[in-house]
Amino acid sequence: MASVGDYIRGSQIWKSIFRHPAPVDRRNRIVVMLTNFFLHLHPVSIKQQGIALSYTWCMGGITFFLFLAETVTGVLLMFYYRPTLEHAFNDILALRDVTTLGIMREMHRWGAHAMVITVWLHMYRVFLTGSYKPPREFNWVVGVLLLVLTLLLSFTGYLLPWDQLAIWAITVGSNMARATPFLGHEGPGFQLLNIGGFDLITNGSDARFILLGGRFVGEMTLNRFYILHCVAIPLVVAILIAIHFWRIRKDGGISQPL
Amino acid sequence: MGHNSDLTPPVIFGLGWLYLLLTVMNVWWTARIMRTDPHRDKEAAGWGMYAGLLLMATLAHLTGSSTPEHFHLRMPQIIQQAIDWCADPKIYFAGTTALFIAVVWLRKWFIQETVAWVLLNLSVLFLTLSMTDYDFRQIVGKPDNVPIVSMLFIVGFFTWLYFKRAVDNDERRAAGRPLFEQEKNEKILVWPDLVYTELICMVVCTVVLVVWALLLPAPLEEPASAVQTPNPSKAPWYFLGLQEMLVYFDPWMAGVVLPSMILVGLMAIPYIDFNKLGNGYYTFNERKFAILTFMFGFLPLWIGMIILGTFLRGPNWNFFGIYEPWDSHKLEVLNNVNLSEYFWLIWCGSKMPTAPAGSDQLTQTGYILTREWLGLVACFAYLAITPMILAATVFKKFFIKMGFIRFMVFSNLLLFMASLPIKMLLRWMFRLKYIVGIPEWFFNI
Ligand code: HEM
Repeated sequence: MASVGDYIRGSQIWKSIFRHPAPVDRRNRIVVMLTNFFLHLHPVSIKQQGIALSYTWCMGGITFFLFLAETVTGVLLMFYYRPTLEHAFNDILALRDVTTLGIMREMHRWGAHAMVITVWLHMYRVFLTGSYKPPREFNWVVGVLLLVLTLLLSFTGYLLPWDQLAIWAITVGSNMARATPFLGHEGPGFQLLNIGGFDLITNGSDARFILLGGRFVGEMTLNRFYILHCVAIPLVVAILIAIHFWRIRKDGGISQPL
Repeated sequence: MGHNSDLTPPVIFGLGWLYLLLTVMNVWWTARIMRTDPHRDKEAAGWGMYAGLLLMATLAHLTGSSTPEHFHLRMPQIIQQAIDWCADPKIYFAGTTALFIAVVWLRKWFIQETVAWVLLNLSVLFLTLSMTDYDFRQIVGKPDNVPIVSMLFIVGFFTWLYFKRAVDNDERRAAGRPLFEQEKNEKILVWPDLVYTELICMVVCTVVLVVWALLLPAPLEEPASAVQTPNPSKAPWYFLGLQEMLVYFDPWMAGVVLPSMILVGLMAIPYIDFNKLGNGYYTFNERKFAILTFMFGFLPLWIGMIILGTFLRGPNWNFFGIYEPWDSHKLEVLNNVNLSEYFWLIWCGSKMPTAPAGSDQLTQTGYILTREWLGLVACFAYLAITPMILAATVFKKFFIKMGFIRFMVFSNLLLFMASLPIKMLLRWMFRLKYIVGIPEWFFNI
């Protein structure tokens, strides 16, 4: 067995991919971190506390893992699901009743709930270790943006099964937008935005209308939420996560006592 | 006994798994005590006997030898009635706040492993026994609510872990020893230590997710219908804290202003916390104020309100005990009074100022402002004058260190956070509805 492994690792194909021998000695353990695309997110060496589970709780890492898991299962779901009033509910139904090993929806849903919880716990830990203090202030702000986007991802996804649970949860949630000060047609101050006696803010032009693409949760809402959920928000989250990780390195790695 | 019929054999079988979990937990605990400290053999024997009892309960449930009618291991009626009797938002909020204070106060006691273990056992037992109740199962057993129950345990565990590490570090500081994080903090190579930790973590997470997905089907209700409104209509669970605020505030506050303030406040934290201590290690003593404020916001206000909104709010957003059937005809008398009504009708004994019919815009505005003057002044004073009083008294040091602008931002954020418990108290004590009530402008506070 060992010789087969050695043969593979000595082959030209292997070397062309990994560019160096297996990381079994100190030199190659350093080199692997520098030359591998996925590993170069990390530094080469790190203080022990930075990777102690009882210090970081691994919650940022698990949140990132869940984001990746959601991406994979989400892409698989997109193969089955069509975001129209005609198909949405039936596609989900078929996914449950017809598809072999159809646990993608379960994994996606439970992964989303778990991600909300882990992102809260990650923030909790970062607060409790005081890791938002200089020089990491800005990374905390990036984190808060990630927190909001995580919640919005979950919220927009909630609508897609198009069952009673979905539309009423979204209806209740988005009704708030009606009351946005100045920009909602039942919000304080909307009357001030009028020209010559004509209200600019009506139920056909207010914040809620923009969110839903209509006066109530309907087909345009489904379309809007689908695009936000599958394209727009994940893209922004991916970029922000990249910034978040890059800043961790630039801010001197995981926080520790001076 | 009518109430027995709700226990079906599959439910009893399911309870068996919970008892099995408890058994395994306590066998492990017994073994752990015996291994680490041979002098604690009496204690170990006690835990061993307890584990034996649990094993018997497990077997009784899993072998299905008891028919539902003859099933006795259930939550005693008297406890159920006692819990439902004190089911009320006031008691709930006071209880969670008291629990929070107790945990902080008694942290040295609470971080002991035996104490934590007993508490864990009690809470799992409570959950297991409660599962024998039909109404409890209806709400806690909803697939979407399963993560929330586990979140409770997880948040509890990490809060415990935090206090353990913080108390340890505070004692180290007091004794002049290095912090826990400073000991054993050599540089090590990321390959293999971190890379393998991550790999194992990923495998474990994948397994958990797959098993969870196999065991618990995702909910799917009837196809969407724009005419059949479910009662209660609930937002997704992570927003139920905000939905709960609707009881005390109008949507523009509960749904827009306060959530925005939460986010702005979170982002502002690094820029208003001037305390340089406690960066990169766990501590309580060195940053008491920051920790207490954040924890109060996160535990009783955020998590606590989500639990309340999820498990205790039923039809018409009425409050229900955990064992109480959700009766959509339950009546709750709502005769709340505005501050302006208190002022004009009760204190002054006159009528509400109302503009004469057909009067112009300006006159109407004048009447509205006169009607609500006290509330408007109170709100203005709350946001503009309280910070000054705070700066001159309890927060004197903060004010000097922070400077004017930073202090105003800080104190206003704090006041917005405090506005929720304040509004709750006013509602419960004086049945106060709105401090400022101007429905004409959708401006109610
Ligand atoms: C999608 C969401 C997020 C992901 C994937 C993520 C990921 C991570 C990871 C992997 C780390 C490394 C250390 C660790 O695992 O604890 C980290 C650190 C950090 N995160 Fe996040 N995070 C997210 C959201 C947040 C939020 C909501 C906050 C705060 C509001 C935040 C603030 C920080 C800060 C300040 C650090 C540096 C901690 C230190 O140096 O000790 N992040 N993040």
